[in-house]
Amino acid sequence: MLETDPPEHDRARARAVLNKALSPAAMKRLREGFAAAAERKVVELLERGSFDAVPDLAEAYTMTVFPGALGMPHEGREHALPYAAVVFNSFGPDNDLRREALADAAPHMAWVAESCRRDRLAPGGFGAGIHAATDTGEITPDEAPLLVRYLFSAGVDTTVNGIGAALYCLARFPDQWRKLHENPSLARAAFEEAVRFESPVQTFFRTATRPVEIGGVEVGEGRKVLMFLGAANRGPRRWERPNDYDVARRTSGDVGFGNGVHMCVGQLLARLEGEVLLAAMARKVASLEISGPVKRRYNNALRGLASLPLTIRPAGA
Amino acid sequence: MPNVVFVHPDGAREELEIAEGTSVMQGATAQGIDGIVAECGGNCMCATCHVYVEPSQLASLPAMSEEEDALLNGTASERKPNSRLTCQLPVTAALDGLVVSLPERQV
Repeated sequence: MLETDPPEHDRARARAVLNKALSPAAMKRLREGFAAAAERKVVELLERGSFDAVPDLAEAYTMTVFPGALGMPHEGREHALPYAAVVFNSFGPDNDLRREALADAAPHMAWVAESCRRDRLAPGGFGAGIHAATDTGEITPDEAPLLVRYLFSAGVDTTVNGIGAALYCLARFPDQWRKLHENPSLARAAFEEAVRFESPVQTFFRTATRPVEIGGVEVGEGRKVLMFLGAANRGPRRWERPNDYDVARRTSGDVGFGNGVHMCVGQLLARLEGEVLLAAMARKVASLEISGPVKRRYNNALRGLASLPLTIRPAGA
Repeated sequence: MPNVVFVHPDGAREELEIAEGTSVMQGATAQGIDGIVAECGGNCMCATCHVYVEPSQLASLPAMSEEEDALLNGTASERKPNSRLTCQLPVTAALDGLVVSLPERQV
């Protein structure tokens, strides 16, 4: 859904199936389980005190809830994170990042392809729901595993980097952390503001389907347009104090999840994961501090960290 | 410009002028109405700009799309027969005086 533009009719059908699987009603059913998993993870990390928030929290939490919500098999889940890195590096350009990702990709891609088959997906998950749409003729049996794979591809590294971005922001802006700690109901806004501030998905290409004028520039049919989502999310004409991370900001209209007909179909799922995790942090954690060198992870499409050493102290201690 | 009245759950009323051609949601978020969240920015994807429309005015609104109908099934506050998403309500001169009530919760 991110960039393919099949015939209008096919696109609308596939998009409708994913919209239904990822609807607000579906999120209500997941909320309690996701929140309980977030709380368990935060309690576990409080016992450790110091940890690396990228692998131990952002990746570990996403991997606890997301493949399960899809209904993917437990066996082989170690392929999920390497597969996700392949997906976003493969967008190119054809550089070392892309070539190295693709060179080792075969076993990861094989596991994901296998895991998206109907007989491999647990009942009740997003995957089974998408396959069920073949029974009603909304999509074809050939399309279903591709849509499941598409959803899986789009939902791992993006969420990991979104959660990582939020933790990095809260660690760097202690006054904002205090606001969240005092009022955990700001968790969802704090996550969305981190998506605006860091824009984990930095860029996306679009293709002009007809000649069009954008900001006084003529763009011909078939020409590629590269959108810099991160720049739009810091644009001073749109945002007051764009370079401040502000958990009380009204973020409606940020383009961290894109905009228009190709806007992120999993945005509600990402927000749910981010919200419940930050809410658990806000309730259970008194303070968080960066306690080691922060390292970036370079990727052709994503902005995020490889390492974020954090030390946290429990609330009420 | 047409006026739209927002009624908060506690009964407080706020009246806004909203330019024709923009949506009720855009008018509300631009003028800081608490209670309209609009997470998806107006793409009919999140159901967080939900309102209850004054029943006598329902017929003057544009017809509901399948997408809006499906989203309304997942609203955080109860769906009622007069539930609508404000991102799907473009303001026109004919809607001057529209009254919408805000739900208890959007998320």
